[in-house]
Amino acid sequence: MSKPLTCDVVVIGAGMVGAACALYAARAGLDVLVVDRGGVAGGTTGAGEGNILVSDKEPGPELELALLSWRLWTELAAELGASAEYEAKGGVVVASSPGGLTALERFADAQRAAGVGAEPVAGDTLYALEPHLAPGLPGGVHYPQDGQVMPALAAAHLLRASGARLLTGHRVTDVLRGPDGAVRGVRTDRGDLHAPAVVNAAGTWGGEIAALAGVHLPVLPRRGFVLVTEPLPRRIRHKVYAADYVADVASDSAALQTSPVVEGTAAGPVLIGASRERVGFDRTFSLPAVRALAAGATRLFPFLADVRATRAYLGFRPYMPDHLPAVGPDPRVPGLHHACGHEGAGIGLSTGTGHLVAQALTGKRPDLDLAPFRPDRFPEEAA
Amino acid sequence: MSSPLDLADARPGPAFTVTLDGREIEALPGQTVAAALWAAGVTSWRTTRGEGRPRGVFCGIGVCFDCLVTVNDRPNRRACLLPLAPGDVIRTQEGTGHDD
Repeated sequence: MSKPLTCDVVVIGAGMVGAACALYAARAGLDVLVVDRGGVAGGTTGAGEGNILVSDKEPGPELELALLSWRLWTELAAELGASAEYEAKGGVVVASSPGGLTALERFADAQRAAGVGAEPVAGDTLYALEPHLAPGLPGGVHYPQDGQVMPALAAAHLLRASGARLLTGHRVTDVLRGPDGAVRGVRTDRGDLHAPAVVNAAGTWGGEIAALAGVHLPVLPRRGFVLVTEPLPRRIRHKVYAADYVADVASDSAALQTSPVVEGTAAGPVLIGASRERVGFDRTFSLPAVRALAAGATRLFPFLADVRATRAYLGFRPYMPDHLPAVGPDPRVPGLHHACGHEGAGIGLSTGTGHLVAQALTGKRPDLDLAPFRPDRFPEEAA
Repeated sequence: MSSPLDLADARPGPAFTVTLDGREIEALPGQTVAAALWAAGVTSWRTTRGEGRPRGVFCGIGVCFDCLVTVNDRPNRRACLLPLAPGDVIRTQEGTGHDD
C-alpha cells in the first residue's frame, strides 16, 4: 500500500531483546528498523520481573552470555541514569536445609571459578543482608552482580537511544527471500520492508517467524505467574530466592513448578515469582500456581502473611529444549539472524545478545563463540 | 433535588456511626467506605507515596487501587469495595500506609 521502506536491518520484535539488537546494531553504524505487531514491550518483556541474574546460571555458555550482558548493562545503566529503574541490588539465594546449603555452596564455588561474585553467608551475616527473612535458615550465597530493571521502561529507553525507526502495529506476514534463498526483507500487513538482513527477536513467537522463513526453530511457551503486593516501604533489599529455583529453571518438566523469588521494587510493591508450567498459550488464571507462590514467599519472609496481594500477571517465557537461546546467523537462510528463546532470562541476556548480533551483522568476530547458540542445532521435526 | 436513595427507591436500615480520623460520620448499612465518605463531603483520603498528592475514588470499581485507605488499622483497603460496619475506624493514609 505504501512505498517500500529500505534499511540495513529489520528487527522483528520491540521487546527487550529487539531493543538491545536495535541499539547495538545502530551503534555499529547500521540503519535499523524495528517492527512489532503490538507495541513496545507488549509480549514477554512486559510480563516479567526484569531480572538481570548471574546467580542462577551454572558455568557454561549461558553464564558467559550473562556475564557479558552484565558488563554491558552496567555501562548502559550509567548512560541511561535512573530512567530504566536499574538497581544493582544484588541477589541472595537461600538454602532451606543444611544439605541444600552444601549443594548451593558447591554450585557457587564453580560459579566463582567462572568469574561470578558469590559470597557464602550464614547466621548474622545473612540476616544483616535481609533482616526480615524467616528465622533459623542455615545460610545462603550473596551475589552482588545480580540486578534488576523495569523491563518495559528499559526496552523503551533502549529503543529511543538507538535512534532506530519503530513501526508498531505492523504484523510480519512473511519473510521475503530472493532466488538464491537469501533474505530480502519482510512483508507486513501494512507494506514491505526491504533489507539484506532480518533479526528474529520475536521472543516466544520466534518459532513462527522462523517458520515464515522456512526454517524450524523450537521455541515453546512456558507460562509463569507473578504476584504483586500492595506498595510497602523497602523491607526486602535484594532479589531473594530459594535454592530450588535453579533446579526448576533447568527442569524439562511440563508440570507446574514453583519456587519463591521475592523482591521489592523501586515503586514499592513486592514481586513474587516464579512459577513455570508448559500449557501452551493458555492465559487462564491459575489459583493453584498463585497460591503456591504466596505460600513459598511467606516461608521465606513471614511478614508477607499480613501483606495484601493486589494482583497477579502472567507471561510466556520463550523456552528452548536445551534452555539456551538462539543467537546469531542462521546458516540455512543467508541474512536471517535469530535473537530469541531466552526463556525467563531475556531481560538480563538482552544486552549481550544484541551486542553479539550486531557483531555478526557487521562481519566482526563475535566476543563469544556462537556455536552453543546456533539456531540450526535442533533436528527437524518428523513430518 | 433527589438523592441516590430516592432514585433507587432504596429503604436502607438505620444509619450507624463510624469514625474518620476520630471524627464521627454516619453510614448506612451496605454502604462502602467511599460512599460514606462522599456522603460526608470527603473526596480525598490518601496522599501518594511519591509526591504527597491527594487521592480518592478514581475508577470506583476496585480496579485502579487509587482509593486506598486504612480501616481498622489495616492499610491499603479499597474504599470503593469495602462495606462499613458500625464502629469502623477509618484513617486517612499517607504513603504506603505502613509504618517505618
